[in-house]
Amino acid sequence: MDAAEGEKNTNIFMRILNAVNWQKNASFIALVFLVILSSFLSPYFLKPQNLINIMRQVSYTGIIALGMTFVIVTAGIDLSVGSVVAFTGSVVILTMNAYLNVYNNEVFAIVIGFLVGLGVGGLAGAFNAVMITRGKIVPFIATLGSMAIFRSLSLFIGNAGEIQSHNELYGSFGMGSFLMIPVPVFFLLGLGFVLNLILNNTRYGRYLSAVGSNQKVALFSAINVNKIKFIAYTLTGVLVGISAILLGSRFNAVSTSNMGLAFELDAIAAVIIGGTVMAGGRGTIWGTIFGALILGVINNMLNMVGVSPYLQGTVKGLVIIAAVYVQKQKQ
Amino acid sequence: MNDEILNVENICKSFSTVEVLHSISFGIRRGEILGIIGENGAGKSTMMKILSGVYELSSGQIFFEGKPVQIDSPQDAKSMGISIIPQEFNLINDLSVYNNVFLGSELLKKNGFLDKTAMKKRTRELLSSLEVEISPDAQIGDLSAAEKQMVEISKAIAFKSRILIMDEPTSVLTSHEINILFNLMRKLKEKGLTIVYISHKLKEVKEICDRVMVLRDGNFVLDEEINKISPEKMAQSMVGRELSQIFPEKIKPEEKIVFEVKNITVPDVINNISFNLKKGEILGLGGLVGAGRTEVSEAIMGIRKISEGEIYINGKNLKIKNPEGAVKAGLSYLSEDRQGSGIITSFSVAHNTTLVSLPAYSDNPAQWIDKPGELETAEKYKNLFNLKTASLQTPLEFLSGGNQQKVSMSKSIDTKPQVLIVDEPTRGIDVSAKQEIYHFIHDLVQNNVSCIFISSEMEELIGMCHRVVVMKDGEVTGTLEDTKITEEEIMLLATGITEEDA
Repeated sequence: MDAAEGEKNTNIFMRILNAVNWQKNASFIALVFLVILSSFLSPYFLKPQNLINIMRQVSYTGIIALGMTFVIVTAGIDLSVGSVVAFTGSVVILTMNAYLNVYNNEVFAIVIGFLVGLGVGGLAGAFNAVMITRGKIVPFIATLGSMAIFRSLSLFIGNAGEIQSHNELYGSFGMGSFLMIPVPVFFLLGLGFVLNLILNNTRYGRYLSAVGSNQKVALFSAINVNKIKFIAYTLTGVLVGISAILLGSRFNAVSTSNMGLAFELDAIAAVIIGGTVMAGGRGTIWGTIFGALILGVINNMLNMVGVSPYLQGTVKGLVIIAAVYVQKQKQ
Repeated sequence: MNDEILNVENICKSFSTVEVLHSISFGIRRGEILGIIGENGAGKSTMMKILSGVYELSSGQIFFEGKPVQIDSPQDAKSMGISIIPQEFNLINDLSVYNNVFLGSELLKKNGFLDKTAMKKRTRELLSSLEVEISPDAQIGDLSAAEKQMVEISKAIAFKSRILIMDEPTSVLTSHEINILFNLMRKLKEKGLTIVYISHKLKEVKEICDRVMVLRDGNFVLDEEINKISPEKMAQSMVGRELSQIFPEKIKPEEKIVFEVKNITVPDVINNISFNLKKGEILGLGGLVGAGRTEVSEAIMGIRKISEGEIYINGKNLKIKNPEGAVKAGLSYLSEDRQGSGIITSFSVAHNTTLVSLPAYSDNPAQWIDKPGELETAEKYKNLFNLKTASLQTPLEFLSGGNQQKVSMSKSIDTKPQVLIVDEPTRGIDVSAKQEIYHFIHDLVQNNVSCIFISSEMEELIGMCHRVVVMKDGEVTGTLEDTKITEEEIMLLATGITEEDA
C-alpha cells in the first residue's frame, strides 16, 4: 500500500517534471534555483524585507526592460535609456520646483511632474524612432548618438551636479508602499501584465514579431513597418519616463551625472537573460521580469556573502554571456 | 576522345529526396566555347556548381585530362584550373581591384606583410592583357557592371585557369558591353582557354559559342555544333515537351475589364508597361529572369515607386502608396521569393495564414486578435489545400516547400482580393503540389477573382493562361492569345529574336 502510494507520488512528480517546458521557462527555473541557492547561502535572504528590497531595486531597470523587450523583438536596440532617465528625471524635478514656486500645491506638482515625465520620455523615444524609421539609421548607432546627447543635456541643465526637489510629497510617493509592496514594484508588475497581453494577444504584438522575424515579409504583407517600430521606441521612451519619475522620487533628487548610468546594460541583460532573442522576432515579457529579478538576486546574494562590489560586474557579465550562449545552443 | 579536357560520366545530384540531375554525361573539348542552355531549374547552375566544387555530386565520376578526379571544394577546382564567374558578382565593393583579384591568395613578402607592389603589378598585367583600362587601385564599388565583370575575369585567369565557366555573364550588361565581352572571350579562346558559357539568351549563344548543349529537367536533350542549329531549334529543344494533363480546362473569361495598368514606369527598372485583365481571366506575364515581371508586380503593390502611369481597378483610378493601400484596394500578391518575402518561417501555419488579413481578425478597439477565428480560417485552408502539417501551431520551417507555398497562397487569398498576382507560384515544388495549385487558381477565377500569373515555365503559361503578355528588358514585347500562345512564340518575344533574325 505504502509502496504503491510512493510510486504514485513519483509518477506525479515525473509527470510534473515532463510537463514543464524547460526551454520556455528557462529563466523562471534559473530564478527559482538562484532563490533556493541564496536562501542556503544566507539566512537573511528570505526575510520579507530583503525580498522587497530586491524587488524595489530591480523595478527601475525592469520597467525600462519591458520596453526594451518590444524594441529587441523588432530586432532593434535602444542604448539611450540610461541617459534619457537622467534627462527626464532632471526636467521633472525642475518643472515641479518651478510649479511650486508659483502655486503651493504638492499633489498637483506631482501630477504635472508625472505628465511631463511621460511626455519628455516619450519625445526622447520618438526622436530615436524618427532617426531609425525615417533616417534609416541603424538602431545601435542612432541610440548611441542620443545616449551621448541626453546625458550631455542633463549635465548641462544640472550643471553636472545634483538637482534637489522641493516637493516633500514627491519623495514619500516614490518610497511609499501599498500592501507592503513598494510603488515601483506595482508599476513593474502592472505594466508587465498589460504589455504581456499586448505582445501575445493583439494585432500590434503580432506585427512586432513579424517585423523582427523578417522585415521584408512584413512589408510585403501590408504591415506598416515604420509605424510598428515608431511605437516600440516611443513606448520605451514613455517607460523610461516612468522609471525616471520613480527613481527621482526615491531620493527626492537627481544626480545628473550618475542617475541611470549603465541602465541600458541592465535592461538589455534582463531582456536577454529572460529568453528574448537578440536577433528579434520572439520575446517574452514575463521572461524579462524574471531576467531582471535574476540580476537583482545575484547582486543581493553577492552582497550577502561579502563579495567585493567591484567584482559584481564580472558575475553579471558572465551571467549575460552564459544566457546568450545557452540561447545559441538552442538554435 | 583525347581532345576533351574535362569529361563527366553519369553524374547524379539530389537535394534531399529530389533528383535534379539525372545521370548526366558530357565532355568539354579543349579550347572551345561551349554553350549550355536550358530553362530555369533545368539544372545548369547545379551542374556548374558541381564542377566548381560548390556542390558535392551524389554519384558519378569527373575526369580531368583523362584522369578521374574529385572536386570537393572550390579550392580543389581552383588548383585544377577550373574557375567560375558566378551570376552574382563575388567581389567586395569596399576593396580595390587588386585586392579583389588576389582575395584569398594574397602575395606576401618574406616578412609576412602583403606585397602590394607585386599584386598591383600583376593585376595591371592581367588587365592590360585583357585590353581593359581599369586601375588596379580603383574601388570595386566605383566600377560599372561591365568593369566588375572584367575584374571577375582577371580574378579567374590570374591563377593559370584552364576552364572558365561563365554563368549568365551578360544579364547585367548593355549590348555594347556584351560586344566587348565577346571580343575578350574570343581572345581568351585563342590563348587556349576553354570556356563554358551558360545562358538562355539564344542569340548570344549562336554568336559566341562553337557548340551548344541543351539541358532540360536535369537531362541533356541536345548536343549540336552551333552552325547546324538555329535559335528557334534551340528554343524548341529547351522547352519542347508534351503538355501533360495536369492543367485544368480553361474557361472563357467575361469581357468586363476589372484591372488595368496604363504606361507605368519605374525609372531604370520598367518602362511604359500597359495591360489589362478581364474578369475571371488568368493573364500570363512571361519573359526571362530579369525581364522586369516581378518589378511590375512590386510597382502595382506599392513596393516600388511609379514615376509615371496609372492603375485602374473596376475603372477607378488608384493611387497606391504602399502595400497596405494595395491590399485595401483589393489587390494581393504572392511573392516569388517565398522565404525572403512571402512567409515567416518561424511563425506557425495559423499566424502565417492571417499575416495580411489580420485586421479582419482584430477588428475591435483593442485590436485584440480573435484566435479561435484565426484557427478556424487556418483549418479551412488546411482542408482546402490538403496541407500536410503536424498541427496549425507548427512553425513553417518544418514544412516542405510545397506545403509552405500552400500556406503562402492561403495568406494571399485570405484578404479576399479581386485581383491576385501570383509570381512563380510553383517554383521549387513537386508536381502534385503544382497540380493542386493550378486547380486552385482555376477555381479562384471562377469565383470573382482575376489573376495575373507570372511564370518562367512555358508549360505553365500555356496550360493556364488565357492571354500572355511577354516582357523583355523592362518592356512589353508582345501579347499572345489563344492558339498563339506557344513555347516558340513566347521564347522569341522573350529573347528578342524576330522572325527575320532566325
